[in-house]
Amino acid sequence: MGPLLAILIWGITLWSVIITARANGGMPHRISDAANQINAQFFTTLVVVAIAFVLAQGLLGWVILRYRGRAGQRASYNHGNQLVEVGGTAVVGVVFVILAILGQRVWANLHLGAANPNAVAIEITGEQFAWNIRYPGPDGVFGRTMPALYDAISNPVGLDPKDAAGLDDIVTLNTLAVPVNQPVELRLGSKDVLHSFFLPNLWIKQDTVPGMRIPLRFTAREAGDYELLCAELCGLGHYRMKGALRVLPADQYAAWLVETKGP
Amino acid sequence: MAVQHQPAVHHPEPPSGFLRRWVFSTDHKVIGIQYWGLAILAVLVGMTLSALMRLQLAFPTGTWPTLAKIFKTGFAGGVMAPEFYISLVTMHGTIMVFYVLTTAPMGGFGNYFLPIQIGARDMAFPRLNMMSFWVTFVAFLVIIAAFFVEGGAPMGGWTAYPPLSALGSIVGPGQGAGMNLWIISIALFCIGSLMGALNFLATTLGMRTQGMSLGRMPLTVWAWFTTAVLALLSFPVLMGAGILLLLDRNAGTSFFVPEGLVVSGKMIDHKGGSPLLWQHLFWFFGHPEVYIAILPGMGATSQILSVFARKPIFGYRAMIGALFAIGLLGFFVWGHHMFMSGMNPTTAIAFSLLTLTIGVPSAMKTFNWIGTLWGAQIRFTTAMLFALGFVSLFVSGGLTGLFLGQTSIDLFLHDTYFVVGHFHLIMGVAAIFGMFAGTYYWFPKMFGRHLNEKIGKVHFFLTLVGVYCIFMPMHAQGMFGHPRRYYDSTSYAFLKPAQDMHLFITIAALSTISVQILFFINLLWSWKKGPRAGKNPWEATTLEWIMESPPPFENFHADPVVHHGPYEYSVPGAKSDYIMQTDPPDAMPAGHRS
Repeated sequence: MGPLLAILIWGITLWSVIITARANGGMPHRISDAANQINAQFFTTLVVVAIAFVLAQGLLGWVILRYRGRAGQRASYNHGNQLVEVGGTAVVGVVFVILAILGQRVWANLHLGAANPNAVAIEITGEQFAWNIRYPGPDGVFGRTMPALYDAISNPVGLDPKDAAGLDDIVTLNTLAVPVNQPVELRLGSKDVLHSFFLPNLWIKQDTVPGMRIPLRFTAREAGDYELLCAELCGLGHYRMKGALRVLPADQYAAWLVETKGP
Repeated sequence: MAVQHQPAVHHPEPPSGFLRRWVFSTDHKVIGIQYWGLAILAVLVGMTLSALMRLQLAFPTGTWPTLAKIFKTGFAGGVMAPEFYISLVTMHGTIMVFYVLTTAPMGGFGNYFLPIQIGARDMAFPRLNMMSFWVTFVAFLVIIAAFFVEGGAPMGGWTAYPPLSALGSIVGPGQGAGMNLWIISIALFCIGSLMGALNFLATTLGMRTQGMSLGRMPLTVWAWFTTAVLALLSFPVLMGAGILLLLDRNAGTSFFVPEGLVVSGKMIDHKGGSPLLWQHLFWFFGHPEVYIAILPGMGATSQILSVFARKPIFGYRAMIGALFAIGLLGFFVWGHHMFMSGMNPTTAIAFSLLTLTIGVPSAMKTFNWIGTLWGAQIRFTTAMLFALGFVSLFVSGGLTGLFLGQTSIDLFLHDTYFVVGHFHLIMGVAAIFGMFAGTYYWFPKMFGRHLNEKIGKVHFFLTLVGVYCIFMPMHAQGMFGHPRRYYDSTSYAFLKPAQDMHLFITIAALSTISVQILFFINLLWSWKKGPRAGKNPWEATTLEWIMESPPPFENFHADPVVHHGPYEYSVPGAKSDYIMQTDPPDAMPAGHRS
């Protein structure tokens, strides 16, 4: 029984390392500095975890193989060894805490830095099961909105026609266009239930919460078409709350805004 | 009403009526078996739900005419409806977490063996004990009823985040009557668990027999005790939150719903609430709940490893310290479920640092289990195999937590299949391996007959391979970015590599589920026909092994007196390789007496 179990544990360990290493090569293509930093932290953790995983499972397999019972023999008698316990645990503790501290840097950059006044501001409002996307227009100011004015077709974000700042706002559905290499600051919200705004190629997500406007920043470094999806259970259509991220060169972005605004 | 220690010579008789003896029983052993049986019933339901989910994930365009005959609305036209899929997710999670992972290890084995292992004749409050089971049983009936009401079972996930859970059927089928029943079921479950926890604490602290000092209690007892502390402190919070949610839904309050909501073009008449408040309350319970599920498994594993390694547990005191440390830290890390919730990002950093410190006591447990095996003479019984499997799964599931505990990595991995893989390994499968280990170990004591070891070993090896084949690839799917709770992901091009894994996982899941038939056949067959078990078939030291199998009513003919610690195996110079806790003091060779 012992050899079979030991070999099985080692086999499972090897297989787990292989599929994880292969998956590491297939993670979403990264198009921002933050994504690269998150990936770096992920990779550091992957290496630490892989070492701990192989050591622990390897050792477990080894003691199972080595200490199979034999008839008439007695096991060694000891109640523990404080040096081994404290020493081993301290090493693990130090490694884990260092990892945790390193892991905060990207997070702090993303969430705790001062807002960039030159960032392109875009408002995202989730609803069952679509993303409303609003640009402030040439005046750079978002017009006032009121939930009472929501209308699925004529006024999806509830713009107040009495507010002049809102007249040039650009409202669209499910397609988020952003200029390449320019900082963007999203303001995330929701009309109804929780959603989570997930851009896999930027490696970021953020829940959208009704009653709150939560900022999310990124700078996309590579033009192209990418996917946008919902990551928080929001109802039966959760899986099809699909959108698109278009990262455009500055001129195409300007043209896209004009075209989307319409006459 | 506390049952005090009885006079030394005592011939108690069980109640003669069938109902009082076997149904509305106050006997902790009967109640333990009732809880254990309830968990088996619940696991059958929960497993069936997961099989249906796996079908949909592997064959998103599949049609199932046979299933359409059973689930008329869920499979209308032979195709699974998206709302039915989400209700499967919700009910699978709820039934497994509450009615399996919480009832079997604690209510089942804890009820049966905690009093015996400390030398007590019953729990401190036998009537309360009976009530706690029956309240839990009614709670189970209520959750099952949710399948049959208008709109079907709820679809808010086992976490029931508002506003989705607060607004009624306007946000989706199942969110009407089904969601109300979900909340009522959980509130009842909380009441049952509270009564149980109170009983466990009072029994452990007040009912120990002569000589059973705290430092001589088996680690199983320490684990149940710690679990009871966690349950006592966390379930009331969930119950309170559930009542508030029920009021939001039915009485017009707004604890969790803010102003200005519009659902399907309709204004919602609520204001002033916060969806994040629910998440804080829920996870203040929810994180300790993870440990409520896993700590008894750790206790059983420690116990079984020591018995079949024929060695004392390595670092007994450190193991108790680690149990308490994990339990205590478990109350300060709930925010790691909420990094992406919109919670203050600075707070998230504090939660992240605290979360990774849980790695320290967890590592200590792993070290000490391997230390226990070091220099052992391992006997590979089925119980031992499952305990060894527990250690392997605990390592795997624990280590993947290092990714998710970090705020920055969670930006990408939160709410993906990586999370699903992680928590299934640690709180699902590891905890279930703890239960399997406990079942194979204690079945001879509970029913007086052995389970078949050959079938048991086949069951173990196939299950071990099976669960790794199910849950390891889920980590890879999460790394590709696959969100959880998706009815169908085929419209997302970037998820192609993850979709290709669904079929493999489904085959592994259906195979592993089929393998469990071996276990159920083994249970039924051995219950009637298994070889008779003697008093102490495993040559173990703790008190349950000094009595006949199954134990007599009120356990002890005379109150036992304890002279030794729980893990005296292979003491040099001793007559046999184990010294039972009740053996006379001179069973311990002079050089080793403390």
